[in-house]
Amino acid sequence: MTRPHSLASANLGVSIGAFAIASAMGVLQALSVADVEFPHRDAGLYYLAVTAHGVLMALVFTTFFIMGLGYALAHEALGRIVGRTWAWVAFWMAAIGSTTAAVTILLGKSTVLYTFYPPLQAHPLFYIGATLLVVGSWIWGGVIIASHRSWRREHPGVPAPLSIHGMLATIIVWYLATTGLALEVVGLLVPWSLGFVTTVDPMVARTLFWWFGHPFVYFLVMPAYVIWYTILPRVAGGRLFSDSLGRMVFILFVVLSTPVGFHHQFADPGISAGWKLAHTITTFAVIYPSFVTAFTIIASLEVAGRMRGARGLFNWIGRLPWSDPVFASIALAMISFAFGGFGGAINAAYAMNAMVHNTAWIQGHFHVTLGTTVALTFIGATYWLLPRISGRPLRFRTLAIAQPYLWTAGMVLFSTSYHIAGLRGLPRRVYSAALSGSDGAAWQSLTVLAAIGGVILFVSALAFVVVAAGTWMSRRTDDVPAFEFAHALHPPAAIGIWDRFGLWTILAILLVAAAYAYPLMTLLAHPRYGSPGFKPF
Amino acid sequence: MGVERYEKIWMWGAGMLIAMFLGAISLTAGLDAVHPPSHLETVDPAALDTHPEFGKPSVTVKPDGSVVVTVVASMFSFAPDPIEVPVNRPVTFRLTSPDVIHGFQVVGTNANAMVVPGYVSEFSVTFTHPGEYLITCNEYCGIAHHAMVGKLIVKPELP
Repeated sequence: MTRPHSLASANLGVSIGAFAIASAMGVLQALSVADVEFPHRDAGLYYLAVTAHGVLMALVFTTFFIMGLGYALAHEALGRIVGRTWAWVAFWMAAIGSTTAAVTILLGKSTVLYTFYPPLQAHPLFYIGATLLVVGSWIWGGVIIASHRSWRREHPGVPAPLSIHGMLATIIVWYLATTGLALEVVGLLVPWSLGFVTTVDPMVARTLFWWFGHPFVYFLVMPAYVIWYTILPRVAGGRLFSDSLGRMVFILFVVLSTPVGFHHQFADPGISAGWKLAHTITTFAVIYPSFVTAFTIIASLEVAGRMRGARGLFNWIGRLPWSDPVFASIALAMISFAFGGFGGAINAAYAMNAMVHNTAWIQGHFHVTLGTTVALTFIGATYWLLPRISGRPLRFRTLAIAQPYLWTAGMVLFSTSYHIAGLRGLPRRVYSAALSGSDGAAWQSLTVLAAIGGVILFVSALAFVVVAAGTWMSRRTDDVPAFEFAHALHPPAAIGIWDRFGLWTILAILLVAAAYAYPLMTLLAHPRYGSPGFKPF
Repeated sequence: MGVERYEKIWMWGAGMLIAMFLGAISLTAGLDAVHPPSHLETVDPAALDTHPEFGKPSVTVKPDGSVVVTVVASMFSFAPDPIEVPVNRPVTFRLTSPDVIHGFQVVGTNANAMVVPGYVSEFSVTFTHPGEYLITCNEYCGIAHHAMVGKLIVKPELP
């Protein structure tokens, strides 16, 4: 018989494999920047590692985890996965695409970083592989939507479970975001890399990339929120404080997460200051749902602490299950987001951005947000999912308990150092912080601290991979915990305004059109010169 | 939708904090004209050598005393290098690239812009402290990206 969670298992397996390779690439970079010599250290390997780390961590590890989570939630919260055959087509497409792209990177044919800004030109199979991954994820989205529709027909008038509500919102954001990516990659880069056209306009490509680039991070953050809202309160032993605000939060992301891309392009020519300011306003607006989440989740944890017997003002914090690897991972991930959020507000602050743009500060920033908030939440959720989908209890529990704390310690060192070094002017992504000579004095000691953090992170990553692999290879038992989702203090009685996905999606599309139509038309209407491809690697 | 009282207070507080951030940004943008570099001008990256301005990247002083610096950023250097400008005078940088995308950051100042082939980046800055500044390329541009640095010399005012 097919096991019910074979789809979730397959996707999770690829995600953990990608994570393992990407982690090794990460520690190489941290050491190289700090000028720590190791065998085969050279600039080519460094930039290759930056590309592989970015693509495998940010795109492959995350997307496969999210797909696996989606299947597990559909099966458990809706009792079905409609279109299993399509789901397997999607899996193989995404797996083959990711492998192809990864191979071109590891062979040194696509050292274009995960932003792949033209005129840097990768091997055509890099773009085609990435496209297959995205198309696979589109099919995955279709399967989740179809499963929800089937469930809805049997439950008229009942709001979707919050976990599914959040996944549907995630999928809508993903479709909005990847429209920009598809226009760039399929419309411009694939034909250009194959030689069908000789030039490509780098500004048009960059603008389409950042149409995708920021909602992409929400595609990663939203499943983390699904876990915070619907799994964490249960793991902590409490209740979800507010179900209805959770629904609102996910809808606000649908509406606001895409028309914000110019805050990544403040320093770019070709886009007027007025439009950059407009995107600044939407960028700050999209902070709001995270503020609401902060209250709801902390309140849910306080409920948990009090249900565990806490009475004082703060002692509920100590009562939380800090030695449960699932809880510890996710809770530490959330604490990290408080710092990441304020750093993000600085990056988005229009004029202040010039102080940090493209410095090591940015690396510091996305390692507390994506590298901790998202990654550690996904790691914690993997500790939760693995026993439940595989029928095997978690192995090496002590290692699993230490792992999130090690990660946090490593990241505090790494990220804090890079934030400060960035403020002192260290540019991001450099093979050696000494640059061309002895210019690194202002930040040398900081990069050494960051490298120590990187080694600690690598040890933590190894611990995670050992726990996951050990669990997978152990014997199946009947003694595994059940899938249990958080109960809300006040469950929703009927479908409300925040359940009307059609309405909000239309509003979101209108906002994307309003944010991009005029600036893109201005660019396209100007006399432009394309660029041929360059491969300086 | 019933919202608990403390949560309501928090939500209003968060909304006001965001409004305050945006107010600060809009005020400085509106009153002091603090904007990021946002110039729209195109140039043929394949013909920079023969271009009247970018063919000879240099520092020029306009009749009104303002200074214009024309910079070509290419794999893996900046031209001119070093760049010499006077202190306390508005300096307008005009930059482009004949090959891939580069960055141009004067470390320790807020001069920080992307340099995109086919486009001219332009921004103005006044350096208030004489001295030598490091210029870095802060966008990955290939195998020697880390070695792409330059020097800016801000000269003290003549007596």
